[in-house]
Formats: sequence, C-alpha cells, structure tokens
Amino acid sequence: MSELSENGRRDFLKKGALGVSLAAWGQLIFSCSSGEGGEAAAEASDTVKLLTPDGELVEVDKKHLKHIHKVEKISQQEARAGIPGKKFVMVIDLARCNNARKCISACQAMHHLPSEKEWVTVKLMKDSKDGAPYWFPKTCFHCDNPPCVKVCPVNATYKRQDGLVLIDSERCIGCKFCMTACPYSTRTFNWGEELDIPADTETHPHNPETSVPSRPGTVEKCDFCPDMVRMGKLPDCVTACPNGVFYFGDQNEDVVTNGSETVRFSQLIKDRSGYRYMEDLGTEPRVWYLPPRDRIFPVERGYESLPDEVKERYKNVGLDG
Amino acid sequence: MDISKKQTAILQKFAPYIERFDARSFVWIFLLSLVILVGLYALIQQIVEGHVVTGMRDNVVWGLYIVNFIFFIGISYGGAILAGMLHLFKVPWRRPIMRIAVLTAFISALIGPIFIILCIGRFDRLHYLLIHARLQSPIFWDVVAISTYLIGAILFMYLLMIKDFAIYRDSDVLNLPPWRRNLYRALSLNYQGTESQNKQLAISKNLIALIMIPMVVVVSSVLSWIFGMTLRPGWHSTIFGPYFVLAAIYSGAAVIVIMMWIFRRAYKLKDYLTDKHFAYMGYILLSLGAGYGYFTFSEYLTSWFGSERWDSEVMEKLFNPAEYGWWFLISNIFSIIIPIVVVAFKKLRTPNLISLAALLLVFGMWVKRYLIVVPTLETPLLPIQDTRPEYIHYSATWVEWALSFAGLATFILFFIVMAKLVTIVTVSDYTEKER
Repeated sequence: MSELSENGRRDFLKKGALGVSLAAWGQLIFSCSSGEGGEAAAEASDTVKLLTPDGELVEVDKKHLKHIHKVEKISQQEARAGIPGKKFVMVIDLARCNNARKCISACQAMHHLPSEKEWVTVKLMKDSKDGAPYWFPKTCFHCDNPPCVKVCPVNATYKRQDGLVLIDSERCIGCKFCMTACPYSTRTFNWGEELDIPADTETHPHNPETSVPSRPGTVEKCDFCPDMVRMGKLPDCVTACPNGVFYFGDQNEDVVTNGSETVRFSQLIKDRSGYRYMEDLGTEPRVWYLPPRDRIFPVERGYESLPDEVKERYKNVGLDG
Repeated sequence: MDISKKQTAILQKFAPYIERFDARSFVWIFLLSLVILVGLYALIQQIVEGHVVTGMRDNVVWGLYIVNFIFFIGISYGGAILAGMLHLFKVPWRRPIMRIAVLTAFISALIGPIFIILCIGRFDRLHYLLIHARLQSPIFWDVVAISTYLIGAILFMYLLMIKDFAIYRDSDVLNLPPWRRNLYRALSLNYQGTESQNKQLAISKNLIALIMIPMVVVVSSVLSWIFGMTLRPGWHSTIFGPYFVLAAIYSGAAVIVIMMWIFRRAYKLKDYLTDKHFAYMGYILLSLGAGYGYFTFSEYLTSWFGSERWDSEVMEKLFNPAEYGWWFLISNIFSIIIPIVVVAFKKLRTPNLISLAALLLVFGMWVKRYLIVVPTLETPLLPIQDTRPEYIHYSATWVEWALSFAGLATFILFFIVMAKLVTIVTVSDYTEKER
C-alpha cells in the first residue's frame, strides 16, 4: 500500500516537472506579464518565440497559435468516474495576485471562449467598508457538497471520485437551475452568441474533460482542465500566471505546485492560514485561499494599467481614492 | 335521461351561447389569435437566434418566463383547491361558480408549463427529464408534481361535467349539429342517471375533490422549493412552502371572481351570479388576503430585522424607490390592502368593485412573483463586477413580453372556446330538491 502511494508520488512529481517546463513555455507566450505597459507591449509584438522539439528557437505570428485538443481518448464512463486515486485541490495565494489577468486569457484560449466569457474571473474584493481591498481570482470551487450537482434534473453535471465537478454538454437541457444554485456565480450559459468551435473538434462529440466544443443553450464552467492533468500537465490558468498565484495538486498525495514551486498542501495551509471562501455555506470547496498578507504587489498595481473598460468593472470598490 | 323544467329553462337561457359563435366571439378570437401569432413569431426568433434575444443573462438566468410559470400554475392550483373545497363542503352557493373554477384550474394548468419549456435552453432535450431523471432534483419533483396535478385537474373537471354532457346529449332545447351531439354522447360515457351511476359518480367526485386539496398543497410547495432549496438571499426561506400555497389559492380565487364578472356581463347572468356570490367570494378573498398579508409581513420582517448581509442587500433593493421600491409598494397595496378594504366595507362590497379589486390583486401578485425571481438573481453573493448592463440588470425584451401576452391571450381564448363547449354554470347541479 505504502509502496503504491510512494510510486504515485514519484509519478506526480515527474508530472509536476513537466508542468514546470510547460510553465516556462507559458512565460514565453505571455512575456509581457509585468503590470505596467503590458497592454502596449502586447499590441506591438504580433509574434512570439517558441522552442521547437529540435531545440530551435523560432518566431511565430501570434495569429497562428492554436490550441490542439490532443487528449488521451477517454470513454464516457472514464469522464464520469474520474482519475482513479486522485483528489484534486487548488490553493490560490491572494498575496501574489496583481490582476495580471493571464489566467483569464489562457483559460479562454484553452476553451475557445469569447473574450467576454470568463470561467476564471478576478474580482476586486473589499469585505467591509474599512477593510483592505484585494484581488480575488476565482475558479470553480469543485465543492465536495456541490449545490449545483444536487439540483441538476438530468445528471448533466456530476461529481467525480477525483473531486472534480464537470458538465456533460450533450446531456444538459439548459434549465439553469445549477446557475441559481451555485452561490459563487461560477457557471456561464451559452445564450446563443457565435460559438467558437475549433475545427479539430467539430466532428467530435463534446467531451466533459475538455469542455470543448461548446454547445448552444447549455451551461459551462471551469473544469480544472482534467485533459491537461491526464497528460501530466497543469491547468492552463496555473501555468499562465506570471506570479505563481495558483497551486494545483493532489490532496491524497498532499502535494501542490504552481509550476515553479512544489510544496506540501497541508503544510502550506497550516503555515499560511489557508481558508475556504464562505465556509459557512457548507459547500466544502476544493479550492483554498491564502490570505493576502505580506503582499508582493500593492493592490493598485493591478488596477492602474487596466484598459478603461476593465477598470469600469471595479469602479464600485473605489480604488481611485 | 330526465331533464327537469328548471334545467330546461337554464338550457334555453344558454342555448345561444353554446349553439354557435356569434360575431362578438369571432372578433375576440381574431384579436386573441393575432396576439398569439405575434408570440409565435417571437418564439421562432428565440429558436433561431437562441436565448440571446431574451433579457436573461448569466446573473439573472430566470426572468419573465419563470414569473409567468409561477403566476399561471398558481392560478390553476388556486382554482382547483377552491373547487375541491366548495364541492366537498357542499357549500350551498357553489353551483354557478364550480364550472368557472375548474375551467380556470384546467386552462392555466395547460399554459403554466409552456413557460418552463420557453425558459429551457435545449427544449429539444426535454425528454431527458424522464429518461435521465434524477430523484434528488427539485425540478424532477416538480415534473412529477405538475404532471400528476394535470391529470388530477383534468379528471376533476371531467367528472364534474359528465352529467352535463348527458343533458346536452339528450336535450331537445339545444339545436346542435350532429357532430356536437356525438361528441357529447361520447363524453357522457353513457350516463343515464340510474341510481348506481349516480352513486358511482357522486363517490368519484367526492374522492377527486378530496384528493385535489392535499395535492395542491404538495405541488405548490414543491414549486416553492425550487427557490427555497437554493442558497440565495430572498429564496432560502422556510416560509416559502406555505407562502406559495396561500398565494396560489389567493390569486386563483381572484381570477375566478374576474371570470365571474366577465361572464355575468357577457351572458347576462345576474340571476345566477348574484351580488351575494360576489360578496361570498369577497369574503374568501378577504380571509386569504389577510393570511397572505401576514405571511408577507412575517417574511420581510424577519429578513429585515435579522439584517444579515445578503438578506439586507435584497431588502435594500425592494425598499429603494430607485430600484424596486415602487413595485414592491404597488404589489402590496394592490394585493393586500385594496382587496381587504373593498370587502371589509359594506358600501364598497359591490360586484364591480370586488372584481376590480380582484383584477388589481392578480396584477399585484404577478408583480410579486417578479419581485421574488428577479431581485434575488440580481444579488449574487459575489459582486457582479461586469460592465455589460444586461448582465447587471434584468430587463425583459419584446420577445419575452410577446410570449407573455400570448400566454394571457391563450388563457382567454381557451376560456371562450370552453364556454362554447359547455355551459358556464353546471346545469345538472340545478335539481329541484337542491335550491
């Protein structure tokens, strides 16, 4: 038994290493990650440098970059059961977030989402009038007592043994009951806007693990990228974050990593007083937060360089002073 | 079968209304059909373009459709439970009201669920509700509740009509085309008024009336639990079950009064639907209104006094004149204060004023359903932080309004058609011995 879990850990660490290399790749794409002037830089350079498998550095036009959904073929049963022996968990370090919004754009690229649809969002929170504002990245919490799963009338959204809450868009009838049941406004609906259906998935049935392709009139949300995890990689939001805000890992093995740093989950929660958002709701989230103590950025850093229309969202919190 | 003199007299009175469609009915049918056609056009838009043509977005995921669903299904539940009670308790003045009550229950039970289908993103997958049903979902409970209820409502209406069908079949006062006679022959199930038939029918009617009463309590509670089971301020409330039950009966009673007024005027039924009938229905409205007012007060008092953060945010929207304050006030004045005042004072207790109060009440109850659904959805626990106005505030589009009015038009149209098929008072109830 212990030998088995030992093997499992080694396996995970290996995969973690893969994640690190992927993170490096992510840094390449999003080389313009530091807050100020980031936007201008993104507009100026339409090319990115990529490392080919032969070790050659090439420059590619950004427009030609496309995610390829090359996943291990998994059956409906596997997609419903989950990855055996795993218990996925995420830790979000609020002390590191400066609203760089790379998690959002990476997630959108990964899942072919229109620019206004955000499965990962960054809220500007201020818990009370005199409290300190802080940036609050929010994924799906993949609750262990998920209110959304309880209310689904057709078993379209379900809880897996590895802790993930996924949606089968071929099953969803679009009643939106899960959206009213979720207390965290996690879920989005395809209201009928133009959907970006990638050509390589056009003929494939919808896969709950990739959440691609989108189906009109159904509910969608953050899925913790189980397709990436199956390949031993980290979810895209984790690797895209320039500040290492997101730690992802397996609670059974008690390991989480943000791509550059791999730590014990329980120790991290203990040392940094990790907590779960709105614990009192009893939903048992699988996402933990580390309080924004000893922040590495002033909160204004994530606001000043934003385009005006994004700034507008956070107006109510009043960072302008 | 034997048709008494009294019944013949009633048939003579109603003959012109059920024998043929007069010009006035045709005008109404034409106008209502136009409204329904506009609704159908809106529906096609929604099917082709998707739900983006509605005002619903990721925060307010339910809008007018759900409001109308609760509204119509509530009216239906109200009509059914009142008819059940009036029948079971052998209330002496029920005779001219029973038919209107069961028709109200039946017709709104047909229209309510249509709005659920309109609200569902993929109604091509509606059958998944049966083949992939999940027992723990309150929506599945509602599917079971509504379909059971619909069967009950149809049976109830039908059992109360069998004797009348036999009378229409055998009456020589009515000048009916052969197909109508054949229809009544089939529908009357060879009822001849024999002793054993009478006994069986009486037992069946009592049974179904008895079943309808607890059934309505259960099904309207199930409806309320769709909201009560969620962790949302303004919805997550233990009072919602009884609150919905009472609100359903209340709005159902009011619609019965409105239909009584319309038919009394259109069919000149002053001898049947007397001032007394309106006064008695008024008393029912008053007692229900007092109960509804009590529930409303109790619900908002506890939320306001407890002043939990999320409850307070919804409360704030309901009390603030810049948000829903005026509507909240109008809803409570129309559906609590006006009906009670009109019925309480003898001078005001006239058929016209009671019916006007009932009309305002029904409107107030519709507004109330809107205030249950929308403000809560506009108040998620996490800040919305979106710049798109339609994601912050719900505002129904012409598509939703067109389909709402089409629903109302269908209700009236069905009533007109049913009032051609059967007399609007139950002829067979007017026996010699029961005055």
